[in-house]
Amino acid sequence: MEDDRVLIDRMRAGDGRAFEALVTAHDGSLRRVARTFVHTPGAADEVVQETWLGVVRGLGGFEGRSSLRTWIFRILANVARTRAAQDARSVPFSSLEVDDEPALEPSAFAADGSWASAPVRLDADPEGALLGSELRERLLEAVDELPPAQRAVITLRDIVGVPAEEVCELLDVSDGNQRVLLHRARARVRIALTSLVEGQA
Amino acid sequence: MSRLRFWRRRDPLMCREFVELVTDYLEGRLPEQERLRFEAHMDGCDGCTGYLEDMRRLVTSLGEVSEPPPDPATRKALGRAFRELRME
Repeated sequence: MEDDRVLIDRMRAGDGRAFEALVTAHDGSLRRVARTFVHTPGAADEVVQETWLGVVRGLGGFEGRSSLRTWIFRILANVARTRAAQDARSVPFSSLEVDDEPALEPSAFAADGSWASAPVRLDADPEGALLGSELRERLLEAVDELPPAQRAVITLRDIVGVPAEEVCELLDVSDGNQRVLLHRARARVRIALTSLVEGQA
Repeated sequence: MSRLRFWRRRDPLMCREFVELVTDYLEGRLPEQERLRFEAHMDGCDGCTGYLEDMRRLVTSLGEVSEPPPDPATRKALGRAFRELRME
């Protein structure tokens, strides 16, 4: 937040390099999130571009009550919403699909609810905190294949690191639905990775 | 202790349910009693212990994805737009 203050002051003073530093820090995340909101890479680029222009125009109004990043993502969400209203092919935020399918196929479990057979394990990095490097390379592909709402939530929460409360606000979903979407998304990504592990076996 | 055992025997948490509670657990959103049941289940279940461990690694790994920096042309164009908009 301290760094935010410094950047904001420099930008308000007209320092273009401060703005370029902000762009360097957040452009990739914005682009990734924008691609979950609209369907084509070209549309996502336009949304990001419009977001950055919105940031410059809105600088005077930033009050520092949220982090700079949160404020920028709010602008992105608004730009994407406006676009969704104009463009029928964009994801309508109001109808994020929340299903109540189980995380795994029912056949994963025996009649008593215990594992039918031991669940496939994902390869781990030698350090133990991460997945193995081959699986990590496939993570984004697995995320890209998720239904839009799940993809938006897992991208914001797990890839970009936006807190749950802010994700609810950005996507206009309830706390409960946000968690269901995150749960489904993580479970599906895991399944996609387990199928790679099984394919190697 | 005996009450807890009785309660557990009456209402054991099965693997199918464990898997559905993983996100609530990681989010710190399970009520205390549920959290204890969830953790107790892992004592006797390697399958679920491994599932949770994989999920933690998956989430941590997603957080490690690094974004490519914007290409210089984009950055410069935005820098130009910044200066122009500030002049208005």
